[in-house]
Amino acid sequence: MIKLTPRDHQSKLLTAITPIIAVIFTMICGGVLFWILGKNPFEAIKLIFWDPLMSETFSDYARPQILIKASPLILIALGLSIGFRANIWNIGAEGQFIMGALISACIGLAFYPLENRFIFPLMILGGMVGGAFWAIIPAILKSRFNTNEILVSLMLVYIAEQALASASIGILRNPEGSGFPGSRNLNHYPSTSNPELIEGSGIHWGVIFSFLAIWFFYYLLKNHKFGFQIKLFGDAPRAASFAGLKTEYIILLCFSISGALAGVAGMFELTGPAGAITIDFNVGYGFTAIIVAFLGRLNPVGIFFAGLLMALTYVGGEISQFMLGIPAAAIQVFQGMLLFFLLSIDLIVKFRLSFTKQNFISRKD
Amino acid sequence: MDFASIDPTTIIYNLMIAATPILYAALGELLVEKAGVLNLGVEGMMIIGAICGFAISVETGSSYIGFIAAACGGAMLSVIFAVMTQYFLANQVASGLALTLFGLGLAALLGHSYTGQVPPQISKLDLPILSTIPVFGKMFFHHDFFVYFSLMLVLFVWYFLTKTRLGLVVQAVGENHDSAHAIGYSVTTIRFFSILFGGALAGLGGGYLSLIRVPQWTEGMTAGAGWIALAIVVFSSWRPWRLILGAYIFGGITILQLNLQAIGVNIDIALLSMTPYAITIVALVLMSVNKSKKSLGAPGSLGKSFIKVS
Repeated sequence: MIKLTPRDHQSKLLTAITPIIAVIFTMICGGVLFWILGKNPFEAIKLIFWDPLMSETFSDYARPQILIKASPLILIALGLSIGFRANIWNIGAEGQFIMGALISACIGLAFYPLENRFIFPLMILGGMVGGAFWAIIPAILKSRFNTNEILVSLMLVYIAEQALASASIGILRNPEGSGFPGSRNLNHYPSTSNPELIEGSGIHWGVIFSFLAIWFFYYLLKNHKFGFQIKLFGDAPRAASFAGLKTEYIILLCFSISGALAGVAGMFELTGPAGAITIDFNVGYGFTAIIVAFLGRLNPVGIFFAGLLMALTYVGGEISQFMLGIPAAAIQVFQGMLLFFLLSIDLIVKFRLSFTKQNFISRKD
Repeated sequence: MDFASIDPTTIIYNLMIAATPILYAALGELLVEKAGVLNLGVEGMMIIGAICGFAISVETGSSYIGFIAAACGGAMLSVIFAVMTQYFLANQVASGLALTLFGLGLAALLGHSYTGQVPPQISKLDLPILSTIPVFGKMFFHHDFFVYFSLMLVLFVWYFLTKTRLGLVVQAVGENHDSAHAIGYSVTTIRFFSILFGGALAGLGGGYLSLIRVPQWTEGMTAGAGWIALAIVVFSSWRPWRLILGAYIFGGITILQLNLQAIGVNIDIALLSMTPYAITIVALVLMSVNKSKKSLGAPGSLGKSFIKVS
């Protein structure tokens, strides 16, 4: 019999090393998966985790790609993490990502072909507003009518996807694109492009923005009243309400912050790596960011590393797809497994396990 | 544009087919939630059911074996969730999301070589006499076995939950797990098997989607059906009979918008495709306006982990 005793204090060391244990478990199970697929598991794991960083053949391509892919994941996960801390579940980041990109594309394309350095900042603002607007819908419904925010925010993803499809063949379609779906490539116009700032590094404005966001959130959670309120709201909602904390306020704020960040991530993705609005513009960062948030223990610094690791699996996945023909979906399975292990292993962080002989007579203790 | 080409008989006939996958998934989730567990992995279990059912029925040539495989596939995936939430006490919301992400990936992986294939056809089960009634016969009694089976299962779940001893125990576990444990019921075991049942039904729903409703395999083909099933459970206030209403209203909207798209109504196709999701939101809001969680009918221990002390 295994006996569980809740821990009074969660050990910092355990909290920090459990994600690493989860990654190791995932590597083992992932290896088995690749083996079942008929690939050499060791080679596959090496291609995913080691070669993007270290191999001479791939690192020139892969290292910048890791930053490019990590930045939207980090931005979105940071936003989601404060909601998750407060037990507020915004899982529609994918939709907010799309909406942010759409609004900023509208702004950028409205000014085309004007050259002005204020267009880009305006688009950043537009991305934030677009994402926040999309996130505030479930927040208002939750706070006014107590409607389930999980389901509403998710339904809005599907609606946003339809809006994206409509925009890419409708209002935002490139008038000079000879009828093909998709907007003008914003990367081709200096005022709306989000270029690589240092050549060969992959660093664009979105990467810088995400680093600033990490710092900002670190400060917010550690030193600001709001950070404390969120923790209180999540850990002890009753105490929070006795302390006069307004539920509506927390819900609205959590949702709009996470929406704004997802939206701005969409904006940077649009103006940088993606370039244009297309039907398949969104690639699931909004959902993967959920894994990143948990992997990073809802902690800004943790999210930074988790985002990099998850980006590594994306890039490594591409390489293994190219080298070994491992299907892209295998990486998604891999990421899902990581979340399983991570959530399960939390048990040893929250509880002390002790092995006892099965005892039918309860002792007085 | 030709509204006359929309035939109400065909619409109702197709509506029942469109509603059936969601009805299955929602019914399974209803029982799971009645036992106090919130499994947000319905979408993942459905799509695993869809590919398992599709693959097995293509390989064996029998849709019925396919459906059994679909149910098994869904149930097997739900075991992961059950172990995580019942034995590792993981957060149910996060575990459910993980299940969905994992299921979508795994299904894409499994279904890689099945894209573009055609599943075996399933014969219609024309009920004798009833199916010969003009109009009504074609609308209601001209379906395949699994449409009737879903309705029978609703009856079964209703009977089980309200009239049998075990069903009442399941409800007790869902309402207050500490009390149920104190009386001597094994909360963990009951929840474990409820989750399995929910997984099997979600799998069946997925199988119906890929084998009959569509019928073919495409990546991500559930397109939110699992989430809509979750919404319909809320809409039904956790009452099995109301699930039929919810699922059929949803099926009706889906079919109606598809018909409008087909006859080329002067509305943006994207706007029409949005309606099922938008209506789901509206339904969720209408159900929750001015109601507390309790009066909505949600089980008391829904979503809470059961921690056995001592």
